Amino acid sequence: MTEQMIGDYHVVGNEIHDTAAPSGPIEKRWDERKFSAKLVNPANRRKLHVIIVGTGLAGASAAATLGEAGYNVTTFCYQDSPRRAHSIAAQGGINAAKNYRNDGDSIYRLFYDTVKGGDFRARESNVYRLAQVSVNIIDQCVAQGVPFAREYGGLLDNRSFGGVQVSRTFYARGQTGQQLLIGAYQALERQIAAGTVTMNTRHEMLELIMVDGRARGVIVRDLVTGEIETHTADAVVLATGGYGNVFFLSTNAMGSNVTATWRAHRKGAYFANPCFTQIHPTCIPVSGEYQSKLTLMSESLRNDGRIWVPKKAGDTRPASEIPEDERDYYLERIYPSFGNLVPRDIASRAAKYQCDAGKGVGPGGLGVYLDFADAIERMGRDAVEAKYGNLFDMYARITGEDPYSEPMRIYPAVHYTMGGLWVDYDLQSNLTGLFVAGEANFSDHGANRLGASALMQGLADGYFVLPYTIANYLADGPFEKIADDHPAVVEAREAVEERINTFLSINGTRTVDSFHKELGQIMWDYCGMERTEEGLMKAIQLIRDLKAEFWTNVKVTGENEELNQTLERAGRVADFFELGELMCIDALDRRESCGGHFRAESQTEDGEALRDDANFAYVSAWEYSDDKPILHKEPLEYEYVEMKARSYK
Amino acid sequence: MKITVRIWRQKNAEAKGTMVSYELDEVDENMSFLEMLDVLNEKLTLEGEEPVAFDSDCREGICGSCGVVINGEAHGPEVTTTCQLHMRTFKDGDVLDIEPWRAGAFPVIKDLVVDRGAFDRIIAAGGYITAPTGSAPEANSTPVPKEDADRAFEAATCISCGACVAACPNGSAMLFTAAKVAHLGLLPQGQPERDSRVINMIEQHDAEGFGSCTNIGECTAACPKGIPLDVISRLNRDLMGALAKP
Amino acid sequence: MIKKRVPASRSTVATKYAMAVSGLIMVSYLILHMYGNLKVFAGQQKFDEYSHHIRTFGEPILPYEGLLWIIRVALVASIVVHTWAAITLWRRNRAASGYQGGKRYHTSKGARGFQRSYASFTLRWGGIIIILFVVYHLLHLTANVVAPGGASDSPYERVVNGFEIWWVTVSYTIAVLAVGLHLWHGIWSALTTLGQNYSSTRLRSRLTPLSWFVSAVITIGFLLPPWAILLGITG
Repeated sequence: MTEQMIGDYHVVGNEIHDTAAPSGPIEKRWDERKFSAKLVNPANRRKLHVIIVGTGLAGASAAATLGEAGYNVTTFCYQDSPRRAHSIAAQGGINAAKNYRNDGDSIYRLFYDTVKGGDFRARESNVYRLAQVSVNIIDQCVAQGVPFAREYGGLLDNRSFGGVQVSRTFYARGQTGQQLLIGAYQALERQIAAGTVTMNTRHEMLELIMVDGRARGVIVRDLVTGEIETHTADAVVLATGGYGNVFFLSTNAMGSNVTATWRAHRKGAYFANPCFTQIHPTCIPVSGEYQSKLTLMSESLRNDGRIWVPKKAGDTRPASEIPEDERDYYLERIYPSFGNLVPRDIASRAAKYQCDAGKGVGPGGLGVYLDFADAIERMGRDAVEAKYGNLFDMYARITGEDPYSEPMRIYPAVHYTMGGLWVDYDLQSNLTGLFVAGEANFSDHGANRLGASALMQGLADGYFVLPYTIANYLADGPFEKIADDHPAVVEAREAVEERINTFLSINGTRTVDSFHKELGQIMWDYCGMERTEEGLMKAIQLIRDLKAEFWTNVKVTGENEELNQTLERAGRVADFFELGELMCIDALDRRESCGGHFRAESQTEDGEALRDDANFAYVSAWEYSDDKPILHKEPLEYEYVEMKARSYK
Repeated sequence: MKITVRIWRQKNAEAKGTMVSYELDEVDENMSFLEMLDVLNEKLTLEGEEPVAFDSDCREGICGSCGVVINGEAHGPEVTTTCQLHMRTFKDGDVLDIEPWRAGAFPVIKDLVVDRGAFDRIIAAGGYITAPTGSAPEANSTPVPKEDADRAFEAATCISCGACVAACPNGSAMLFTAAKVAHLGLLPQGQPERDSRVINMIEQHDAEGFGSCTNIGECTAACPKGIPLDVISRLNRDLMGALAKP
Repeated sequence: MIKKRVPASRSTVATKYAMAVSGLIMVSYLILHMYGNLKVFAGQQKFDEYSHHIRTFGEPILPYEGLLWIIRVALVASIVVHTWAAITLWRRNRAASGYQGGKRYHTSKGARGFQRSYASFTLRWGGIIIILFVVYHLLHLTANVVAPGGASDSPYERVVNGFEIWWVTVSYTIAVLAVGLHLWHGIWSALTTLGQNYSSTRLRSRLTPLSWFVSAVITIGFLLPPWAILLGITG
């Protein structure tokens, strides 16, 4: 019965395999791939044209590296400067297997931790390569002038992050993302000045151009003039980040969107594991209807803060009036050995259960206390201030409350999306000539990402992987030039223009944001921290209904030929509807719990996630179809790391 | 609470702008300033009016996209970015004048949105260290005294928002330019290009049409990241040194 | 509107160096001048001797008034450079601040910082007052052309005759206060331009008390003689 119902939402296609990865010993695979890859004569590189969409860590580092190598690069970003991409907001740090602490770290251990942290849903070959190049990233960034934290001897400092037992995280106070991005941005600007890279800011990609089975260009909209431009090239790279904003409220930037990757998906690129989203437990809760985004506070707060809720549901007393014996330190109670330091997904889900039971605190009952009273008593206020002062300040600024005198309120929020366009070992999607880097691809984090690994992956892809693998592809070029009146170009262009005209002509009664908020609520309720078959099916129906209403009742003011932020948002939200539906379908298909994906039907007796390796050790690569999406399974095999269940009790 | 906003409305770069007044009746004190503008825009859209265009992205105070002048002060009355300013800073009945960054080198694109491309071009002129991918030596081969590293970091916290230019009565981007010169000039990796960097960046700064620094210090006072004023003096020293060389 | 790049040696920063150096030359001169003025308290003979001595200083290597002419040339050059730099930068800065319809910001709440208003007022208008005064001052006490209170060949008498008239002292006082306020920001700014500020804000800088001190000394030093004369303490 169930099978039949689930089958109603998708069809199963052929298995796919990553044919680009060499076999052989894992530590030799990347060397071998680099050796087997074709090279391009430096004199020919100028004639080879690459388009890169997105200028975050992955896009900027790839553009700078390819420009430096002599290729002809054109880049696009929707922001007013490449330096504003959302990589900039990453706080914590970047992992690298340098073993500077002499604490037993190694490439193999980073590889092992990442595969295990991803709950065995990532490819071993990719993850091993990521761990290998991690050491080069730190060298590269230091040479560029990234001001990492240092010790008194002048050498680089490290800290341990996200529950791992080695100190391999490099950091620049609370703004590692900004410092790494500025490094890549400066390298990019140098290439712009040198003329190898042409940068187009305030441009948004709205369509991919496919010619004879190859990705050959993009249609973009100049966000200032509204002009629809055609750009063709020999290869296209998408480095456009994640899709967490499908939830409306997330820690993503306001402009972060899925449009570039979704447009590519609609042109045939497989979208892999869309339901794998990471929900971060320590965000500042929603304060009202008007909330536009959520702010993350470093997870390190859980090292000294104690999480609790009132024992009695519906207790509205202020925290200070709730006596000690009426407080439930639920993480310490349920997970005595890890306590407040359980992994992100467990801490998030536990908070949700408490709030579902009516014990939540703060506006709308969506929050739990993170209490530093004990820490202040034990360490002294000064020590707490020295360690967490900037986070406390941030909290005080946003909430207007003083975290030194009353406990902070926290709640989980969507933070990162592990899913993305399917790519092979070369970071090439199933569409020839379309490469995908950074958070926009799916490859390295499996079902859950370790802390401080996102920055590592973005820079690994951009500096050290893509420049080799794309050269192998470009070695066959340059390909035949494409005229602006080529039927494929005209078709893509007209599709974009028609879509814009539709938005502007609906003239309904609801704003774009109101649709986006409603979609986000559906996703959060049914495809958030806990997913059930019933809920997902309900969500799919709700999304379909809402999408239908959107296309008949949305109100987009203004015109195309100007800076029109409402029009920009309308296009993004329209794509989020389709993505949201696919996420639910993917979550419905994956009847197991793994990493950030928790299916209520698949749990142990005491409520822990239960993975089903026998049936679901595969990557779900979805092919777009106007009717039902087609699921291509890529089986995952583990030759080096033994598949084990995790336990934090 | 009730708030009246008077906002600079300008259809496009060529159009003449003017201040337009709007009333908001239900402003929550926990709203961020930009959320208050979101609420206004929702209201305007439903009334069939053009919403107010303004830049914002991360809304965490780090991307540097947002920034407006509120009652004559860049990013408003508190030392933070506009996105981190909350309505509890204001009181019921307040009238808020909201204007774009004003500078010759930052032309208005629409309403509160300005073109800050000049900043990117200043960086492109020399705000980098030439370190081609793959050529880097082992990261710990050059120790950096912690004090230098910390000061370089302090200068590197600049988010390129442009508040310094908006606050400077001369429309000078000296704090922005000097922060980058200091960040890279304090590190051993930045030494080989130290002279050419400052020369090229200053030439670009001037070519963009920014004003000159008169050492007033309004920039530092408005800077949401507290970039210290002495970076400017440091740039002056560096340029003097660079010009003195044959 | 990106303009062509001009060499850094002609940049705004280089122009500021010129302004700073010329300004500091004039400050040095003011200190010497003030020292000379204070000789008034030593009586007519000493004052006139001093006045004569600076004209014969360095003879016979230098001709009569040789040193004085060297100083005068340096001062005129400094004034020219300082004024040229001020006008060049002022014009540029006005264009750079992006005025829209005669105003930069249209708010009536004008939260202009004290420092900003003070500095721009004293440096621009103060500078103009000072230039006008210098012209008058030279005509009066150096060239002996304008002679309130009666001309004399004795510099001491010219000084005393002039400052016994209340409005001469009052106008002189206004000019000296303008100089003092000009230097209050000017010395700090010049030293900062020459790279000598090592502090995160102006208030924390050691240059701030230094420039207050120097400008206060110069102001008081210049005001003592005329007021002493007007009040009959000396002369």
